[in-house]
Amino acid sequence: MTHGPLFLCFVFLAASVLVVPIAKRLGLGSVLGYLLAGVAIGPSVLGIVGHEGKEIMHFAEFGVVMMLFLVGLELRPALLYQLRRPILGFGGLQVLLTTLVVAAASLALGLPWKTAIAVGTILSMSSTAIVLQTLNEKSLLKTPGGQAAFSVLLFQDIAVIPILAVFPLLAVGDAVSEGAKGGRPGWLQGLLVLGAVGGVVLAGRFLVRPIFRFIAETRLREIFTASALLLVIGVALLMQSVNLSPALGTFVAGVVLADSEYRHELESDIEPFKGLLLGVFFVSVGAQIDFPFIATRPVVVGALVVVVVAAKLGVIYAVARGLGLDRSARWLTAFALAQVGEFAFVLLAFAGQVHVLPPDLAKLLVAVVALSMAATPGLFIVLERLVLPRVTTGEKRPHDEVTHDGNEVIFAGHGRFGQIVGRMLRANGVGTTVLDLDPEMVDVLRRLGMKVYYGDASRPELLATAGMADAKLFILAIDDKEATNKIAELVRHTYPKVKILARARDRVHYYELKKIGVHGAFRETYGSSIELGIEAFRMLGARARTAHTMAQKFREHDSRAIDKLADLWGTMDQDAYFSEVKRVTGEAERLMREEAGGPVSRDGAWDDESLRKAARDASDDAEEPTAPEE
Amino acid sequence: MKVLVLFAHPVLERSRVNAVLVDAIRDLPGVTLRDLYEEYPTFAIDVAREKTLLSAHDVIVFQHPFYWYSTPAILKEWQDLVLEHGWAYGENGTALHGKITFNAVTTGGPASAYQRGGYNRFTMRELLAPYDQTANLCGMRYLPPFCVHASLLLDDERDVMPHARAYRRLLAAFVADNIDVARAANLDTLNPVVDDLPEDDGPGWGRE
Ligand SMILES: Cc1cc2nc3c(=O)[nH]c(=O)nc-3n(C[C@H](O)[C@H](O)[C@H](O)COP(=O)(O)O)c2cc1C
Repeated sequence: MTHGPLFLCFVFLAASVLVVPIAKRLGLGSVLGYLLAGVAIGPSVLGIVGHEGKEIMHFAEFGVVMMLFLVGLELRPALLYQLRRPILGFGGLQVLLTTLVVAAASLALGLPWKTAIAVGTILSMSSTAIVLQTLNEKSLLKTPGGQAAFSVLLFQDIAVIPILAVFPLLAVGDAVSEGAKGGRPGWLQGLLVLGAVGGVVLAGRFLVRPIFRFIAETRLREIFTASALLLVIGVALLMQSVNLSPALGTFVAGVVLADSEYRHELESDIEPFKGLLLGVFFVSVGAQIDFPFIATRPVVVGALVVVVVAAKLGVIYAVARGLGLDRSARWLTAFALAQVGEFAFVLLAFAGQVHVLPPDLAKLLVAVVALSMAATPGLFIVLERLVLPRVTTGEKRPHDEVTHDGNEVIFAGHGRFGQIVGRMLRANGVGTTVLDLDPEMVDVLRRLGMKVYYGDASRPELLATAGMADAKLFILAIDDKEATNKIAELVRHTYPKVKILARARDRVHYYELKKIGVHGAFRETYGSSIELGIEAFRMLGARARTAHTMAQKFREHDSRAIDKLADLWGTMDQDAYFSEVKRVTGEAERLMREEAGGPVSRDGAWDDESLRKAARDASDDAEEPTAPEE
Repeated sequence: MKVLVLFAHPVLERSRVNAVLVDAIRDLPGVTLRDLYEEYPTFAIDVAREKTLLSAHDVIVFQHPFYWYSTPAILKEWQDLVLEHGWAYGENGTALHGKITFNAVTTGGPASAYQRGGYNRFTMRELLAPYDQTANLCGMRYLPPFCVHASLLLDDERDVMPHARAYRRLLAAFVADNIDVARAANLDTLNPVVDDLPEDDGPGWGRE
């Protein structure tokens, strides 16, 4: 059956839209939802999608590439370095031991040793796509167990490279042992690999930033999105051309850009694509499951799935235990990584090409792999409902290891206004995350050593990636009135717990912001006008303290008046409103004058006129009685 | 000796007595005048600066009107912030050891009110006990206050001038190290010390 691409799109989207929300409601997670949607439209149920599913899957694998780019963006080089032990230790042991165990079993089942090793390697891989997506969805990625799982997945991604190189050597019989290496001599291949990775790192450090800046200056959002996509696709292609895993390449690119000011913007640009593509990927995995084939030998397939998953789970648990992870982390990692991953599909296809595996065996393994992937959501359910409740009692809650910037304060806008606030807060040790839309400003501030990101704070995804969910305070200091109101409304609505302090252009803007419900609005020139007023008093000869007191009193009267007016604003017509303004401010000034009792502020207690009079009276009284005695 | 005057008056523009006293010592060589309300209108005291100044002087004078049997608020803030533990007192808190300190106070009440059995029931020395003991804790030599009593009855500069002159002569004598500290320490106020000083003390002020 062949259909036009638009129809296929429709089918994929319709299946996802129908099935995923239901799966999510039932607590099955989105990944299982997608897989079920795939099964539904696949050849075994509705039969709408047949062979094209495989091609779509290859295309959608790009979602994995994007996901690793995003993962890289979250991981600074320093953090990656911190993870070196789990990556090499845990990841290395996991791949090695799983390969050995599975190979031994295969040998016992009578496979030749080369094939046995190939099968072992293939099955040692886990699914980056499913695991990361699931861990993320369940907010488990930052727990110790999640981090361990992530480290292992990272190692597997790296290990694919040498595996692809070694596979041709495992070819059975007299097959031609030249694979995707394309006959390049080893040293040349090595050089190319080094060159490509080095190129990505160097370009990320020195080229990408000015280019993004240039693009950002055009303020064309879709062009920025396009260049983000271009970057990811370009890196992926480059990596493919030297036979490196594209996922690994984009991961490296992500890590290199993790420190860059464009990180948040890149994240929110790529995120939706990644989400969609991964969804499509899972659907196509579901559609791939060849039920008729399975039906011919259900016992063999079923037993294999159970054995493989159990073996992987066991090996990972043992390694995690040996490395001293605590109990809940061990179980989480073991259950999370027990399936076989999408790389297995790649390796299986490749193994077929280089005659490492007989076609029948390959077909059987494809079914096993797909079923083990489909089993993952089920495994997570077992883990969460049966295993974790038992092992976590009495254990302290797993704490976050990889945080966002984790800052309490997020700034939108760091120009003339926000910058001063930011400097004051930072000088006192308050952590700030800054978003600004002016590339030049971002550049300058970064050179001053600040953590500043290029990005438009009116984008919900960007606010999310900047860590709004964990922030205490949002300081809205951009100089665009309309945008300020829009963002203020968005934040009020999406993050009701976050307090908002906003810069107001003028009095009317102040009213508007109050109506929106910000926690504090500040007329942008008000503070400096007051300061100038204080200085004016001083130049007219007032004492510093008196000048400050007068300013403070003025401020209080004025803010009382303006809050009164804020309530009126919008409830009457312009003329009535302005006459009210006149009345209220006039009244405030009159009150002040009366209270002050003159041009210089007086605090009643310090007005010693009545004291003097009393003192004079007293001393007169005191003198009178003594007079007669004289 | 070097004299540091820490002066506190919240509304100097309305002062009749302290304004004149302070003018009398403003240009006196060897005297540093700190107008605390002018320096710190919002009470944000620069502790490091204040400590440096304290270290650089031998005689510390707190000049202020008597408000509620005590000092205007900023002097309290100054004490609380500047006299740090480990610096002014406590272990290693020896920065002020051996320095001389006293209050120069203007009071509304007359001298007769500041007596046992008087209108204000306590003597000035008794009421200033917190300053006395603070000095003691900091290893300083506390002297009795220089007082201008019945200040509310001093109507204009002419009335204040004798007091201003006395105050100036007192500080000049401290600069010249002409004060018999041991004797002064036992008096009720420093005012009699001025009477014992020789007339020819430094540049004449307000005698034109
Ligand atoms: C708030 C306040 C509290 C005062 N408390 C006292 C007091 O407790 N005892 C006293 O003798 N005079 C008291 N007075 C009178 C002041 O000491 C007197 O006004 C001041 O010494 C005059 O000096 P000046 O002209 O420099 O302000 C008080 C005055 C004010 C304004």
